[in-house]
Amino acid sequence: MSKIISTEEHNNFVVVKTEGYFNKDLGELVISLVEENVKEDKYHFILDLEQSKIVNSIGASILIEVIEILQEKDGSLSLCHMAPIIEKTFSIMGLTKYCNTFKSLEEAVAQ
Amino acid sequence: MSKETKPSVELRIPILKDMELVATNTADVIAKYMELSEEASGEISMALIEATINAFEHSESQKDIFINFTISDDELTIKVIDKGKGFDSEGIQIPDIDSKLKKQERKRGWGVMLIKELMDSVDYESGNDGTTLTMTKKKKNEQDN
Repeated sequence: MSKIISTEEHNNFVVVKTEGYFNKDLGELVISLVEENVKEDKYHFILDLEQSKIVNSIGASILIEVIEILQEKDGSLSLCHMAPIIEKTFSIMGLTKYCNTFKSLEEAVAQ
Repeated sequence: MSKETKPSVELRIPILKDMELVATNTADVIAKYMELSEEASGEISMALIEATINAFEHSESQKDIFINFTISDDELTIKVIDKGKGFDSEGIQIPDIDSKLKKQERKRGWGVMLIKELMDSVDYESGNDGTTLTMTKKKKNEQDN
């Protein structure tokens, strides 16, 4: 089952960890969480995909919406722990042009 | 192997949520059998997810879809067959994230592009009685990588 397994704050970032297939359902959970946090003036997010090894383009498309929301607030979306095929997929889509990408959460938090 | 009937695996998949993962699980097993690289295996799975979702969504069909894997010495051929109304693959616009971000444009529509980028060959045959997508992934030798 796809789900958000944790949401924590580190430095200035909201760190969101997911588990399972990053599909439409999980994408919608993430965008809802981002929208809730934006209302509380939190605009910088790190999505930790260590436990999500597979994605589809519908889930990825929702991340484009997330980027759009955060751009309006001068916020940011960072991605870490991407499986190689997820990184490749996001690169083909051009998503990685609009996100900071990191190998580890530690690197993402320290940016 | 080439003079004999090539081994094949056939799946019949109902149009139900996340059933595309049945296809990727099968593809993983076949990729391991063929000793394809992890990279190639991931690319096949991703292309298969997109092809299966497209078959589910674009066919407007309530019928099952069929996936056929044919194994040969040098490549894996996958056919994804739906019995929907068909579609014009040539008429699909190449998506661009810059324009999707700047305009109130629909964010989706990446499937065909991803399939073409991830597989070695992609061909659509589409008509009133459905669509057959044929895609191949070549088996590369270590020294080719």
